[in-house]
Amino acid sequence: MQLKYETNNNTLIVELEGELDHHVAEDIRIELDDIIERKRIRNLIFDMGLLHFMDSSGIGVIMGRYKNISKLGGKVAVVEVPDKIDKIFTLAGLYRIVEKYQNKREAINRM
Amino acid sequence: MEYKNYMKLEFESKSQNEAFARVVVASFAAQLDPTIEEITDIKTAVSEAVTNAIIHGYENTTGIVKVTCYIINQELEVIIEDEGRGIEDIEKAKEPLYTSKPELERSGMGFTVMETFMDEVDVYSEAGLGTKIRMVKKFKSLIADE
Repeated sequence: MQLKYETNNNTLIVELEGELDHHVAEDIRIELDDIIERKRIRNLIFDMGLLHFMDSSGIGVIMGRYKNISKLGGKVAVVEVPDKIDKIFTLAGLYRIVEKYQNKREAINRM
Repeated sequence: MEYKNYMKLEFESKSQNEAFARVVVASFAAQLDPTIEEITDIKTAVSEAVTNAIIHGYENTTGIVKVTCYIINQELEVIIEDEGRGIEDIEKAKEPLYTSKPELERSGMGFTVMETFMDEVDVYSEAGLGTKIRMVKKFKSLIADE
């Protein structure tokens, strides 16, 4: 699992690459929370374009970040969602709390 | 039971083995000529069941997880077993978004994912003895050929 990120004002854009399962979820959570705190992040965008595999552990990671971010008035979005991952997001009702956009540009403009 | 092929895998309840287990089962299923979508469904369901065995069955203590696969009548049967603490209330565990471990940020979607992505899911569990999950996947490409 590789995690790359960039910031745009107070928005954090995280590119997830590889496989997101229970084994890597804990490390990702710690790393993200650290960046969010250090860089005073308000909104968070997950770019899923290079994510080849995700199980329900990924839902836990996104929902957990949503809880923290929304308490501070921020929003969470997902972009470039592959069909197989879209299926899991829909199943979990994730789109009731997290917006889906085509790409990060659209997400930045509309958040 | 008549089966065309069989395999059995045993490994320690370490989270590193989650990826190993799902890749092995997906490779075994490849002989049934599945679509990419069907392979993803199997990998995801296996990942959920193995993760449950590690987190909930053994609660991160060391134990053995067993994965057995049969090919029967163009279908794949996968059985995932642990000898961990077992599930007290299976119906409760199956409810979407229910988790006994919210502090670990588990989403509570494991059984829902298994039931959505596989054609059959049966759960057998006894407190203190362990849990056995039996899942069946039917392959559309093969059903169409019959």
